Amino acid sequence: MAAMNFGFGINRPRVIDLDRNNLRKSDEILREMPELQTCIGCGACTALCTAGNLTSFNFRRVHTLVRRGEYEGAYEEMNKCMLCGKCRLACPRGINTRGVVMLIKRKLGDF
Amino acid sequence: MARRVIIVGGGVAGIQTALTLSQRGIPTLLLERESELGGKLTGWHKLFPSFTPAHEVLDELRQRLNGSGVEVRTQCEVCHVERSGVTLASGERLAADAVVVTTGFTLFDARVKEEYGYGIYDNVYTTADIERMLNEGRVAMRDGSAPRRIAFLHCVGSRDEKVCQHHCSKVCCITGVKQAMELKEMFPEADVFNFYMDIRMFGPGYEEMYRDAQQRLNIHFVRGRISEASPTLDGRVQIKAEDTLTGRPLKMSVDMLILIIGMRSNASNAVFAADAGLQCQPSGFLAPRDLFLHNTESNVGGIFYAGAVTAPKNIGESLSEAVVAADRVTEYLKRA
Repeated sequence: MAAMNFGFGINRPRVIDLDRNNLRKSDEILREMPELQTCIGCGACTALCTAGNLTSFNFRRVHTLVRRGEYEGAYEEMNKCMLCGKCRLACPRGINTRGVVMLIKRKLGDF
Repeated sequence: MARRVIIVGGGVAGIQTALTLSQRGIPTLLLERESELGGKLTGWHKLFPSFTPAHEVLDELRQRLNGSGVEVRTQCEVCHVERSGVTLASGERLAADAVVVTTGFTLFDARVKEEYGYGIYDNVYTTADIERMLNEGRVAMRDGSAPRRIAFLHCVGSRDEKVCQHHCSKVCCITGVKQAMELKEMFPEADVFNFYMDIRMFGPGYEEMYRDAQQRLNIHFVRGRISEASPTLDGRVQIKAEDTLTGRPLKMSVDMLILIIGMRSNASNAVFAADAGLQCQPSGFLAPRDLFLHNTESNVGGIFYAGAVTAPKNIGESLSEAVVAADRVTEYLKRA
C-alpha cells in the first residue's frame, strides 16, 4: 500500500552554520579582493541598483552570504546584474563592486 | 593659610589635574584608593589607535609627579565629599578649599550577562582579561593551546536596557577592533569575528584602523548581537546570532569568546551626590554644570570634575579635561 501523504514536509534549517560551511571559496574571493571585507552594509549599492529595482536581486545580501560560505544560488543571482556600474560610483568604501560581481561569478561558476 | 586642593582619584585625570595645579603653585593633595597611582591604565597593555604601550603614558606622568611637589596619599579611600573637604574610610577628615573628583568609572561585570557564560564556561573572556594576558605575554585557551577561531562581542554592558546601562561606553568599539588586530597578528592562522550592533569610530585614526582591520587583517565583522553562548563537548563555545545583513540566523563554535565590556558609573557617585548636593545623570555618571563652557564644574561651587567620572572618555580626553579642570579651580580660588 502506498504511504499516505499528509502534505507535511521538513524545512531545511535556515541557520548559517559556520562550523559546516566550507569557507574555501569565500577565502579565495577575499584574498583576491580584500577590499570587499571593508563593506559596512550601508546598502547604497543596492538602493540604486538597476537590476535590484526591477527584480529581487540584492547585491549587498548576496555578497554577504557568499562571504559566509552560502554559495547556493549566488551565481544565478549575480547573473541578474547588468554590470551598469552605478553601485561602484556610490560605494562609500570605494569597493570595485562590479569587479566583485565578476569575481564571484568566476569563482562560483561551477557551483 | 595656603589654599589647598584635594583631588579624589589617582588615575590619569587625577594625576594630570594635580600636576597642572602644582605647576601654578597651588598646594595639592592627591588621594588614591589603591596602593599605586594610575587607575584603570595600570592593567592595560596598549592604547588605541597608535598601539602606544600604556606604561609609557603612566611612566611619564609618574615621573613628572615625582618632581612636582604634589602630596600623594595612596590606599586612601574617600567616603564622603563636600565642598569644604573629604572624609576618608578611616574617619579622618581632610579640609580643602576646592575638591576635584576624578574617580573615573567601574568596568561592567560581565557575569551579569549570564547568557554569555562568563565565569561559568571556559574560554569566555573580557577585554580586561585580554589586556592582562597581553601584559603577561601569553594569550591562550584554558587548556593552554592557541585559539584558531576567536569571536569578539561588542556592547556587553552598553546600550542595554536589560542591565540598566542605556548609555554608549564609547571607547569599547575601538578597543574591540584593537584587540582583534592584536590577536590576529599574534595568531595569523586564526579567524577573528567581531559581532557588533553599531561600530562607532569617533576619534582621529579610528576609522582608518577599523578599515585596516577589515582589509589588511581580514577580520570579519558581523552585524548582529550574540544572543547566547553555550559550551560544546570539546570545551569550546557555541554562539548564536542573527546575521542581520543577510536576515538569517547564524551559529558557529569558537575557541575563545571575548566580551567587550563597557563602563559603568561608580556606586560612589550617588554617595558623593547625596553628601554634597551634586547632580547625577540618568546613567549614574556625575553631571557637569553644562557640556560646553562649564564641563569640568559641578553644580556646587568648589567641586570640580575631570575624566570619566562624568561620562565614558578615552585617555586623551581625560588628560585634556584635567588641564581645563585645573584652570577652573585656579580661577575659583582667585575669586573665593
